Order: sequence, then C-alpha cells, then structure tokens
Amino acid sequence: MDIVLLSRLQFATATMFHFLFVPLTLGLSIMIAIMETRYAATGDKIYLSMTKFWGKIFLINFGLGIVTGITLEFQFGTNWSRYSAFVGDIFGSLLAIEASAAFFLESTLIGVWVFGWKKLSPKAHAAVMWLIAGASTLSAVWIIIANSWMQHPVGYVLRNGRAELSDFSAVIFQKFAVLQFFHTISAAYIVSAFFVMGVSAYHLLKKQSVQFFTRSFRIGLIFGLIFSIFTAIEGDMHGVNVTKVQPAKLAAMEAHWETTTRAPLTLFAIPDEKNERNFIEIGAIPGLLSFLGYHDINAEVKGIKDFPREERPPVLIPFLSFRTMVGLGTLFILLTIIGLLKRNRLLESPLYLKIMVLSVPLPYVAIEAGWVLAEVGRQPWIVYGLMKTSDAVSPLASSQVLVSLTAFILIYGLLGIAGFYLIVKNAIKNPVL
Amino acid sequence: MDLQGIWFFLWGLLWAIFFMTDGYDFGIGILYPFLGKNDFEKRVMINSIGPLWNGNEVWLITAGGVTFAAFPLAYSVMFSSLYSGLMLILFALILRGVAFEFRGKVDKKSWRNIWDICIFVGSLAPALLFGIVFANIFKGLPIDEAGVFQGSFFDLLNLYGLLGGLLFLFLFLFHGSLWLSIKTGGELHERALSAAVRIWPLLLISAVLFLGASWFYTKLYDNYLARPAFFLDILLTVAALFASIFFIKRKDFLKAWFSSSIIIAGSVFFGIIGLYPNIIPSGISPDFSITAYNASSSPLTLKIMLVVVIIFIPAVIAYQAWAYYLFRGKVTKEDLAY
Repeated sequence: MDIVLLSRLQFATATMFHFLFVPLTLGLSIMIAIMETRYAATGDKIYLSMTKFWGKIFLINFGLGIVTGITLEFQFGTNWSRYSAFVGDIFGSLLAIEASAAFFLESTLIGVWVFGWKKLSPKAHAAVMWLIAGASTLSAVWIIIANSWMQHPVGYVLRNGRAELSDFSAVIFQKFAVLQFFHTISAAYIVSAFFVMGVSAYHLLKKQSVQFFTRSFRIGLIFGLIFSIFTAIEGDMHGVNVTKVQPAKLAAMEAHWETTTRAPLTLFAIPDEKNERNFIEIGAIPGLLSFLGYHDINAEVKGIKDFPREERPPVLIPFLSFRTMVGLGTLFILLTIIGLLKRNRLLESPLYLKIMVLSVPLPYVAIEAGWVLAEVGRQPWIVYGLMKTSDAVSPLASSQVLVSLTAFILIYGLLGIAGFYLIVKNAIKNPVL
Repeated sequence: MDLQGIWFFLWGLLWAIFFMTDGYDFGIGILYPFLGKNDFEKRVMINSIGPLWNGNEVWLITAGGVTFAAFPLAYSVMFSSLYSGLMLILFALILRGVAFEFRGKVDKKSWRNIWDICIFVGSLAPALLFGIVFANIFKGLPIDEAGVFQGSFFDLLNLYGLLGGLLFLFLFLFHGSLWLSIKTGGELHERALSAAVRIWPLLLISAVLFLGASWFYTKLYDNYLARPAFFLDILLTVAALFASIFFIKRKDFLKAWFSSSIIIAGSVFFGIIGLYPNIIPSGISPDFSITAYNASSSPLTLKIMLVVVIIFIPAVIAYQAWAYYLFRGKVTKEDLAY
C-alpha cells in the first residue's frame, strides 16, 4: 500500500483515538473543580462524593489521554519527517511550549490530586483541580495554535528551504486560531456535559442517589445548554473565516461544484467526484450557502471545478462530516432546551432520560467529525498552500508503517475496550454517599 | 557560547533530567516482579512512584519537543531513522502508563496479572531501547547526505549498542532500587537494599566496558583529548559511583539516590560532550552528520524558545520539587491510591 495513505491512516488512528479522551478531560476537570470547590466552601458531603465519583471516571479517561498523547508528538518525527524539518522552526516551538508551559503542570498536579487527599487542605486540593483544568485548557490553546498554523500559515518567511518564523505574535494570535480554539473547547464542553447528563440520567432512571444525580445533571445541563448554543454561533463565525482562507474546503464540504452567485445549500447529496457533479441532490435552499459563507445571499461562492485538480480536497468525506457535525449540533441545542424545561421534573420524564443516556456517544461523533472535516478538507495540503501531504512523509519502507499501524490498531483496540469497560463499570456503580 | 551551543547543552540537559527522574520509575518497574512478593508489596512498589511518574515522563515529551523546536532537522532524522525502536518505546510507555492506572480498578487476579506484565515489559523495553538508541547515536547512524537512514532496526543491535542497553538497564535498576529503599520499610526495604548492593558491581562493570568500548567504536574522546578539562565529567561520574556505595553502607539512602542521579546525568553528558557539535554523527561520512549548526532553527526561534525555557523549566523544577517534598517519607498502607 501507498506510504502516504498508510501514514495518514496511522496518524488518523492515533489522533482520533487520543481525541476520544481529551474533550472529556477538558470539560469534566472544570465540573469536578466546581463540585470540589462547593465542598470546600460549604462542607456539604454530597459534593465530596460527587467529586470522588466523577473523579474516578475522570482519572481513567485522563490516563488514557496522557499516554496516547505522547504518540502524537513522536509521530511528526517518525512518520512526517520531511514536514518536521520544513516547519520545525514554528510548529516544533509551539509543541515545545505546550509541553513546558502546560503539559508539565497538568501531569505533575494529577499525581498531587490523586495522592494528596490527606496531605492538602480541602481548599488546596480543590485548587489543584482548578490548576489541572487550567493547564489542560492551556495545552489545548497551544495545540490549536499549532494546528491553525497548518490550516492557515502566517508569520513566516520561506528561507533556507523551510518555513522560518518571522512574527511570533502573528502565529499565536491569528484569527483562525482564536476561532478554532473556542470552537473546539466549547465542543469539548458539550461532550463532557452530555457525558455527565447521560450517566446521571441512567441513575435517575433507576431512581438511585436521586439528589446526587439531579445536582450532577444540572451542572451538566448548564454546561450543555450554554455551549451547544455558543458552539453553533461561534461555528458560524469560524465558517465565514474558513470560506475566506480555505475556499476549497468550503466548496468540498458543501459539494459545491460550479462557481455561482446566490449559491444554494444542499441538505443532502451524493457527490460523484469522478464526473464533478452530485449524483443526487435533495433540498437545495437557494442563497443559503452564500449567506453562510459571506452573510450575503447574493455573494459568489467559488466551486470545486475552479480549483486545479491537484489542489482539490476529497469531497465526500468533508461533505458528510460537515453534515454530521451540524446536524448533531442542532440536536444538542434541542435536547438541552428540553432539559431546561424539564429540569424540575426529571424523574417524571423517563423518555427524556432514556434519550439522554443514549445521547452520550453523539457529541463524540460530532467532535470527531469536526476534526475529520478540518483535516481532510485541508488536503492535499499538510500546510495549506505551502506543503503537500505527499511531500511531507518520512523516507520509510511502507512495510514499516504497515506493521506499526497494525500494532496501533491492535493495542489501541484493546486499550479502548479495557478503558470503555472501566469507565462504564464506574459510571453505573451507585456512588457511596 | 553561541545560541546553538547553548541549545545543544540544554538539549542534553533535558534528556539527562528525563533519565534521572523517569529512570527510577523504569528501574522499579523492572524490579517489580522480583521484589514484590505479594499483592501488597507490589502495590507499595507502584505507589512509591505513583504521585510522581506522570510528571517525570513529561521530561521525555519536553526533550522531544525541544529537539523538534531547536533542531528540527535532527528531530526529523533521528525520529524517522529510529522508527521501529521508537515505536516499541512508545507502545511500552503506553501500556505501562495505563497499567498503573488500571491495575487496581478490578479486583481480579487475572486482570492484575495482565497489567503486571505490562508494567514489567513496559519498563524493561524503554530502559534497554533508550540505551541502545543513544549508544548508536554516539557511534553514528548510517545516514546519507539527504539525512536518510540506510540501515534497519537490527543494525542497532550491534555490540556497542547492546552495551549501551545494558548500561542503561543497570543505571535504572540501581536508581530504582535506591528509590525503593528510601520509600519502603520492612522486608521490602531489605530486598530493595540487597538488590542495590548486588546491582552496583554490575553497574561498575558495564560502565567500565562502555567507557572502554567508546574508545574503539566512537569518536567521543576526540573532544576530551582536545580539552582535557572535560575528563572531569567522567571523574565526577566515577566519584558518584563510589559515593553511592559508600552512602548505601552508611544507610543514607537519600544521598545514595542523589549520587545515583549524578551517575546518570554524568553518563548522559559523557556522550553529549563527546558528540558536540554533532547531534547525529553520520557513520557514512562526517560531511553528512547532523550538527547543532546545520540542524538548528532560526535565531529568532532559538531566542524565543530560550526565553520560554528560562521561565518555565525552573518553574517546573520548583513545583516538581514541591511535589517530591509533599510525598516524602515511606509509603504506608494509608497512602495506597493505586
């Protein structure tokens, strides 16, 4: 098999698996910090039990996130060595800053939190969780800045056959990074919110530890409601920016072949990439695509056909992943609004609770779909407009990558099963009060 | 010293700190099946590193990250050349890290056995492989003028590489057994102590062999002969080696452990000093070597990263020192969280 494809598959496996754990870490750490702070402030034991119950799940999840994160930093060098040599001046620095300024703090403090129950006062112990949450968020900031630079390279000059840094603040404060950060972090909070709501709903359905899980559910609900709405509004702004800086991605994710004004948004289609058209189109809404991209229903939107063939991203995957993300995002707003209305009579709404239990995986699907869109939609570029993915790969034998890819799938598969088992086991256990 | 020189030194320092800290974690993981006679003792062993190993391992991420940031070409050549070895290290570290977290979560013997194996293999493999990899870097990798590795994983398993693997293995075993001596009491303490005493001569022999073999297999000594003051590093390392056994006899395990840390740092710097200015010497031709100068980032990046490192690395050391202080003393039944 082709080494570029194998390397991409391996990177996708490692990253998507890692990203099953990151979002829950980002959101749950804040929720646990809130619970523990309430305990430290009021002395109410129920908040201590909540901290311990959710903390246990958090730690299993966190452990998997940490160990799978190491892989990612190594993989740029092992599998994308030409990319690493080309962008290390900028991209490498961002990863090094992430490690020294954020990752160190969260990894050191996680040990303090787990083992420090008796060594620290309740307030200091709660403060440690706030610092873990802060450091995780800071980690995300740097990683998103790095990814944004691949999406929209700024602040560089081409010198000595590579991209060299010319303007550091342009790199870290660029609009793309700011928009992508808030989009990702708020989506991560939705994952965590639905996780907490879903697990709480399971126990509420069984009518066990009702007060405990009603309070947990409400914390999840507040997060879920705020961030479902925020992510959608923010996603719209992000979309406008993508339209501007990555027009090919926009055309692909909408399967928009011809350049037109008053471009329609097609609800569903089957793109036929070979013949440069859509096989079936259902529900074209005139002007909506122009409106979403430019906030003007008459704006001209460039079609895929107007990009040279060798610079076109695949169409089908971005098209489907965008629809998955947006469709689910809309559902999350709906579900949390219903939750808001039912918040005082959750026990009398078993159907809603059942739906919430079943909804736990959905934000995971949405957030992974969002990243698939971001990464596949950037193709054929690894750094948009600067370096092609096919030029970035390491000079390895494809058999080497095939072996490591197989090992990744095997090991991650087994870890996934073990982790899933442990998380479910702890999530459905009735907490000790 | 110029920017590249400073970064070369920092690069070596970060690797040295990684081996000094995570080294005893590896050692304990390897001693684990031999010294832990029952489940309680096994738990004491992993809990002795429980609060700290996570933070220790980030030194690896930082060492890797700094290689990427300061010497992108070295990062790209090193990591792609050593592909299979690094993948094995990665898988080992993943399984080991998860094992600490998962082992105690299900109360079944078969479940614990799986993770016990992961802890052992996940500690043994990195200890050996890091040694093999670094020895091969000291020796020079077969890289051509495009920086492409003209060899296979099995070429790394040469005599000098294997000596490096053994040296690292004994360094970490010694380091781990001393940490365990500090953190435990009773029978486990006695066993850890007697392990340290028995490992010491093996460490001495492998160090002497490695130093000797380096004369024949590498050009490391060129820098030493050019500036004999550098021999102080070797002297200091050997002094620390004898100090460690002296402190062991006086039952001062903390000082013995610090001596062992100096042995590790001294051993890493033995290679780093000898390498300069090469990061990866080419075994094919010196012209193809990756150096601190032809592989470095732009001056702007090196300066920005220097500021970052000067602010954050002391901060990291400060809060990690606080964590070490917080979890000082012997591990008792009440401390067990794993």
